[in-house]
Amino acid sequence: MDRNLQKSEVDELKQDIQKLKDELRRKERLLFELQQKPLENCPYNNIFKRDEIVRYSRQMIMSEMGTDGQEALKNSNVLIVGIGGLGCPAALYLASSGVGKLTLVDYDTVELSNIHRQILHSEENIDIPKVDSAYAKLKRLNHNIKIVPLRQLINNTTVERLMKSTKYDVVLDCTDNVATRYLLNDACVLNNIPLVSGSALQMEGQLTVYHYMDGPCYRCLFPVPPPPETVTNCGDGGVLGPIPGVIGTLQALEAIKIIIKSEGILTSRFLIFDGASSTFRNVKLRKRNKDCEVCGDSPTILTLINYEQFCRSSAHDKVVDINIVKPEQQVDVEYFEKCKGTSLVIDVRPELEFKMCSLPSTINYPFTKLTKNVGGFTEFLKNQAKTTENVFFICRRGNDSQRALNYIQNDVIDSNLNVYNVKGGLRDYALKIDSNFPIY
Amino acid sequence: MKITVEFSGGAELLFNNKKSHDVDLPDKDTNWTIANLLLWIKDNLLQERPELFLQDNSVRPGILVLVNDTDWELLGCLDYKIEPRDKIIFISTLHGG
Ligand SMILES: [Zn+2]
Repeated sequence: MDRNLQKSEVDELKQDIQKLKDELRRKERLLFELQQKPLENCPYNNIFKRDEIVRYSRQMIMSEMGTDGQEALKNSNVLIVGIGGLGCPAALYLASSGVGKLTLVDYDTVELSNIHRQILHSEENIDIPKVDSAYAKLKRLNHNIKIVPLRQLINNTTVERLMKSTKYDVVLDCTDNVATRYLLNDACVLNNIPLVSGSALQMEGQLTVYHYMDGPCYRCLFPVPPPPETVTNCGDGGVLGPIPGVIGTLQALEAIKIIIKSEGILTSRFLIFDGASSTFRNVKLRKRNKDCEVCGDSPTILTLINYEQFCRSSAHDKVVDINIVKPEQQVDVEYFEKCKGTSLVIDVRPELEFKMCSLPSTINYPFTKLTKNVGGFTEFLKNQAKTTENVFFICRRGNDSQRALNYIQNDVIDSNLNVYNVKGGLRDYALKIDSNFPIY
Repeated sequence: MKITVEFSGGAELLFNNKKSHDVDLPDKDTNWTIANLLLWIKDNLLQERPELFLQDNSVRPGILVLVNDTDWELLGCLDYKIEPRDKIIFISTLHGG
């Protein structure tokens, strides 16, 4: 059978199945909501139904919570932005504790590489919106509360609309990039809402509460955003599942404490969790800065600004593709596939990624190693390329390989080597040549 | 003067991936301040790309400095006078989620 014809048929079927699944999810949700019996009134308590008393009894009988605290939870409105590694555990605990209305915002769909840490999503949820997957799980966990799944991008317009529609008691920042963190900070300050901010990477996590009582906001601590080249995302740096698990769980805890007006909230303090040594460090921070541009005594930021411009980075954690080598040095994966058998192929990914998966007969020379000793690398190159003059550079997405190529450009100019970049890298190789190669 | 310098949140990557460093600062006539320490770190501990750690004679934006678990902002920032056995931590903030 014609390969292309078969491919279009497969794509069409996949789309049909996706549509049917969406429809199925919608109907299941409808049925589920119709079948829920309203809780029966309890003659023994005016506020809570019988089942609520039983369900929440273990936390309600504590003096820290009591019936007042539980009632405050029941009447509360919580916004969770980002339903990933942090948002999933946070949403689990907030839903189970009886927060009255939980709004979940995320635009992404579930990927296989998410579910080692994003514990609300499972294998059958792949390719469906994260908020839908989360909604389904949380509804089964606690059908007595209102859960609002919103599949939308986080930008000034959507955040302003959210803030206008509801008075949130607390917002959880479970996002993955700097621009969105400033956006949420400013929106929370302008609307006077405490912001529980968590972050996690590799083996470390960080947690604090911004804009609560006389504590600082994100801008008080970091008036200037970090240089974009110093920011690592989970896709590049990696993260161990329990790390955001711990931090997201603690975010839920701080949110509950804010709602029930506990003392001991993590304001003017910063919690650092080092999973590698199983240590927590709790440090004392400055108070609110009276000169802060947004929460100070005479603020200059009175409406949301352009955050991507301010941070010089985009409001997502996806890698933006670059194009920095000469057009004649750019080759596509099809061309690369034809030549690779008779050429030298240098894979510039980190050693651990190369070990995880690599094309046969390619040589690993990490970009970071290369930048430390360019001379050493060009020597290596000339020694390796004895039987060929064609050298292909490849990496995960085709960005570092371009950087590598540019790095050595001047050193190979007088040699007889032809150096090429494989456009789109191993990702394109997996998409267009061999789907058995893992996209990660 | 013996002190401890620590790096976390990814800042340790610029220091041979080592988080904790026991250092012995050489004697000098005037007090050691954090401003002095930053230069000393640049010359003695920093392994690569100083621009990812320092900027305009201070730490780059996004790094939190703590002296004995207290924000340096409460202690005079660059002018803080370092005492023996101080523990000075440089934390790069994380953004992943
Ligand atoms: Zn502020």
